[in-house]
Amino acid sequence: MDGQLIQMEFPVKGGNFGGAGDAASKIKNILKQLGIRYEIIKRVAIASYEAEMNIVAHAAEGTIVVEINPNAVVVAAKDKGPGIPDIDLAMKEGFSTASQQIREMGFGAGMGLPNIKKATDDMTIKTEVGVGTELTFKIFLTDNREETLK
Amino acid sequence: MKLSEIIAENELTVFSPSKQPEVEIAHGYVSDMLSDVIANAGKDCVWMTMQTHSNVIAVAALKDMAGIIIVGGHKPSDETITLAKSKGVCVLGTKHTAFDITGRLFASGLKGETMSP
Repeated sequence: MDGQLIQMEFPVKGGNFGGAGDAASKIKNILKQLGIRYEIIKRVAIASYEAEMNIVAHAAEGTIVVEINPNAVVVAAKDKGPGIPDIDLAMKEGFSTASQQIREMGFGAGMGLPNIKKATDDMTIKTEVGVGTELTFKIFLTDNREETLK
Repeated sequence: MKLSEIIAENELTVFSPSKQPEVEIAHGYVSDMLSDVIANAGKDCVWMTMQTHSNVIAVAALKDMAGIIIVGGHKPSDETITLAKSKGVCVLGTKHTAFDITGRLFASGLKGETMSP
């Protein structure tokens, strides 16, 4: 992949729980085909799945854009949704605005954003209430950090 | 312990067969919270849950699990079974509660990841 840049975009439909995980699954398969290390793929899969679920659970629609460059996998999840009024609160483990229906499915435990942060090397959130959210995260391919996630 | 041995010894119902019944199970995980499972369950595990909706299949596939065991006699929806078969995800069932099936597996040598060698 010397100097090469691969970019892909996946649409995500809000409320479509049946198709939730499709984008994360496609991303994982592409990384596998590229021969990326399993430890990296695992972290990208966790973060991508949570980002995708956030769009499905909270937004009307969104896209997940993945860029694979020689140094890192960069994922941007953009949505047209309610936005996040208080990012610090949203980052707190256990805090969630998910509906009862979503909670009964085993989501909405307030673990999504903290999971993304733990799994990635860098995470930023840009959000505007009533407009939408753009969550970007990065995972370095050269990372040799101690394995803290299973 | 192999997946096929776990199925036979515990008389598990097979809702969607495994493509690798002879795979060596690394460990077990129990949770109904999907965000917990996606963050903490590991490769080649069996996952005990009473969640039966189709999202469990995406989670199991993403985590490269060996199989899902639906506990307490609950049955996955037709949608879940169809998706599982199309993605090659093994879905099993037991009449036992999560506690009991986990205890049985633990007693026969399977451990959680934090206690696995």
